[in-house]
Amino acid sequence: MNAISKDMSGPLSSFAQRLNDVEGAERQAAIGALLRTGLPDRHVEAWKYTSLRPLSAQEFQAPPAQYDAAQAKSLLDNLLSQHDAVQTLPRIVFVNGRFVKDLSLLPEGMDVSFFSQKSLTVDVQASPDRDPLVALNTALVEDGAILHVAKGVDAGRMLLISLGVAGDTAISFHPRHSVVLEEGARLCLLSLSAGVGPYFHNPVTEVTVGESAKLYHTTLQTEGMQAIALATTYVQVAGHGVYNSFALGLGSLLSRHEVHARLNAPHAQLHVNGAQNLANHQVGDITSVITHAASDCISRQTVRNVLDGHARGVFQGKVLVEQVAQKTDGYQMNQALLLSENAEIDAKPELEIYADDVRCSHGATVGALDDDQLFYMRSRGVPEAQARHILIAAFLDEALSLIEDETAQEYCRAMLAIHFSAERKAA
Amino acid sequence: MPAVTETREAVEKLGQSTYKWGFETDIQMDLAPKGLNEDIVRLISARKNEPEWLLEWRLTAFRKWQSMKEPTWAKVSYPPIDYQDAHYYAAPRKKEGPKSLDEVDPELLKTYEKLGIPLHEQALLAGVELPEGETARPPVAVDAVFDSVSVVTTFRKTLEEAGVIFCPISEAVQEHPELVRKYLGSVVPVADNFYAALNSAVFTDGSFVYVPKGVRCPMELSTYFRINARNTGQFERTLIVVEDGASVSYLEGCTAPMRDENQLHAAVVELVAMEDASIKYSTVQNWYPGDSEGRGGIYNFVTKRGACRGARSKISWTQVETGSAITWKYPSCILQGDGSVGEFYSVAVTNNCQQADTGTKMIHIGRNTRSTIIAKTISAGRSDSTYRGLVRVQPKASGARNFTQCDSLLIGDECGAHTVPYIESRNMAARIEHEATTSKISEDQLFYCRQRGLSEEDAVGLIVNGFCRDVLKELPMEFAVEAQKLLQISLEGSVG
Repeated sequence: MNAISKDMSGPLSSFAQRLNDVEGAERQAAIGALLRTGLPDRHVEAWKYTSLRPLSAQEFQAPPAQYDAAQAKSLLDNLLSQHDAVQTLPRIVFVNGRFVKDLSLLPEGMDVSFFSQKSLTVDVQASPDRDPLVALNTALVEDGAILHVAKGVDAGRMLLISLGVAGDTAISFHPRHSVVLEEGARLCLLSLSAGVGPYFHNPVTEVTVGESAKLYHTTLQTEGMQAIALATTYVQVAGHGVYNSFALGLGSLLSRHEVHARLNAPHAQLHVNGAQNLANHQVGDITSVITHAASDCISRQTVRNVLDGHARGVFQGKVLVEQVAQKTDGYQMNQALLLSENAEIDAKPELEIYADDVRCSHGATVGALDDDQLFYMRSRGVPEAQARHILIAAFLDEALSLIEDETAQEYCRAMLAIHFSAERKAA
Repeated sequence: MPAVTETREAVEKLGQSTYKWGFETDIQMDLAPKGLNEDIVRLISARKNEPEWLLEWRLTAFRKWQSMKEPTWAKVSYPPIDYQDAHYYAAPRKKEGPKSLDEVDPELLKTYEKLGIPLHEQALLAGVELPEGETARPPVAVDAVFDSVSVVTTFRKTLEEAGVIFCPISEAVQEHPELVRKYLGSVVPVADNFYAALNSAVFTDGSFVYVPKGVRCPMELSTYFRINARNTGQFERTLIVVEDGASVSYLEGCTAPMRDENQLHAAVVELVAMEDASIKYSTVQNWYPGDSEGRGGIYNFVTKRGACRGARSKISWTQVETGSAITWKYPSCILQGDGSVGEFYSVAVTNNCQQADTGTKMIHIGRNTRSTIIAKTISAGRSDSTYRGLVRVQPKASGARNFTQCDSLLIGDECGAHTVPYIESRNMAARIEHEATTSKISEDQLFYCRQRGLSEEDAVGLIVNGFCRDVLKELPMEFAVEAQKLLQISLEGSVG
């Protein structure tokens, strides 16, 4: 077994010891896939703008059985106290990648189970062979929620929360979640994440939206500022199904929100929207691959970036229209606001189209705050700092208004307001 | 170029229904042995009587090339190229100055005739000395590159009076070595990329243009290339230097004979614009695209780059790409001078089994630099067409501005159209806007035209020309007319 660690170079060596101890055929196969490719460097087109080098800086240990429970509790309270409506919502809470029953409030109306109780089966969607981060997740997965909403059931609203609590040593956790909505089912899911200390959060989520089912999925990432969070989500949507998602990124030193969504049957709908507000030396990457594999489907994507300090935002959005996907309607927009001399945005909106009867478009804009707008407000007596803040908040607010689930929208607004006030205090 | 203004009747007369300019001229060639090694590089250099520094330059490029890998990131696929299985030097057998057209190699004349070149221009092209008193002065100066050696250059006197140097680059090496040495490889370094390195090692000829300070070039400069001999890759090298306050408009048009084997064309074009200078570079590229099954056709792997070195300089690329089996081409602008301007207008048409991966790079370095990109892509048949472009704003490029518009039109359900823009901004005071659309010809538009008596093919031609109007209007007049015809011919058989 020790032979494995010799083959590991670059960022992968940070996990060498743990990978050596892995057992089970499926996990071993994932390690095989990992060893063939390694973790991607910037020569890999999909990682052209985001370097995984920060992973090499430290060795990531398995999370210890004991963690600072008070710390976890305060992180959770912090997330829940910001909005009345979320306090009473059912919730499934993970700390360092493991389900914690005491902090959770299990939902009714759906079937909930956990990866830790089942033997791991790798779904076809998230295959270790095509994504090294999925392979790493497969090899090291500890736990994860398996949510199943039966046919025709409206499961209401619930929270899926991940807390990272790291002490002096860096840890990594690799949860694997699965969300399945049967025909006509409905669910509003809020995925929240927060944490303290140096850790690496590498969740993989698989979503299956059945025929005419609707999933409203809002992700709010407020990981700790020492954290690396690389989340990968695979989605497939059946005919007349809707996957309506929004991802708001505020935390992490290095984050990536990657979505692979596939519209499998006619009249499916997809919304993969997002926003991020980054400062200091944060790097935030929003990547998506939307595949139209059937006719008459609709996909929409609007992403807004606000970048201050030395922050760097990355947007990669690919819309792939297969030959069968006639009458496709695809739209994609990426906008970035640069607030400082040292901020940077790298964008790659991509269209790959093999069907002729389609309407696809994308747009991208990059710029600073509009001087005219600033002047307008200052001439009416609004101090510059406040005027700037109003414009920035308005820019992001417009994106937040795309969140279909009202509670989720209000919650994100509240969290963003807190984020802003913390930012202002720090300044 | 009149070379492309023929009517379709004339084409039918030639018995070439699918590719207008597919024929091969049987002129005795002076061929270097197949293969590529240092000796071949030395041989090319020796044949051209090149100075020592140029030989060294070529050898450096060759050594770098040997350690480089062929790029694979473009969305094109083709069987591996055997770089050792080609001749790297071919020169037409020389004749001493013919006195009249009767003395000119009749095969050469036939080629011109098929290309539709008027007789008096043919004489000029073939190097016939004019009778005394006669001064032919058409508005376009032509530097015909007949395979690898420029057979002749016309209108040089008029240009010389204005102080403009327009000659084959091999001649410039002899006559203006200081200029060539100063600028050659200064925009596209020898090891810039795989094909540019190959070109630097083995380039045989091309055009050299030098416009001195304050001179507005008195006529449009034009060159056209024909790939003529079997299995000779063409490695053209073009260098255009425009000094402070000067300007030039340069046209490049291409046709090539029909053949079975794939041919490699790896040209390098370098443009240098100094303060307040402007360069307009227009291309109509119509090389043999292969037959309807994708057999044969030219591989067009070109590196084109312009440097706006001086303040307020301007470089404008306009291209109409209808030919070649595979196109790999990204005319770029390095906007160094404050307030400099880069433009890229492109129409790329692919039909049958053609593949095109083309676009541009705009690198904003200086303050208040501006760039505009308008790219129109049309895919038909089973072809694949990709726009790939980069807009990069460096930290010091405050006030930089870019506008990009990429539109794709799909004709038929077996083709692909792709858009891959890269946008990188590191300056908050820069503004970048990008928009792209993909659609097909709307049923309404077609119906409207058909209802008024147009055939389906004519209707498509009309709509496509409308789709490309923003780009075609940037072309010089003569070019615009033939480009419209080209579009229509390229799309023949793609509808219905």
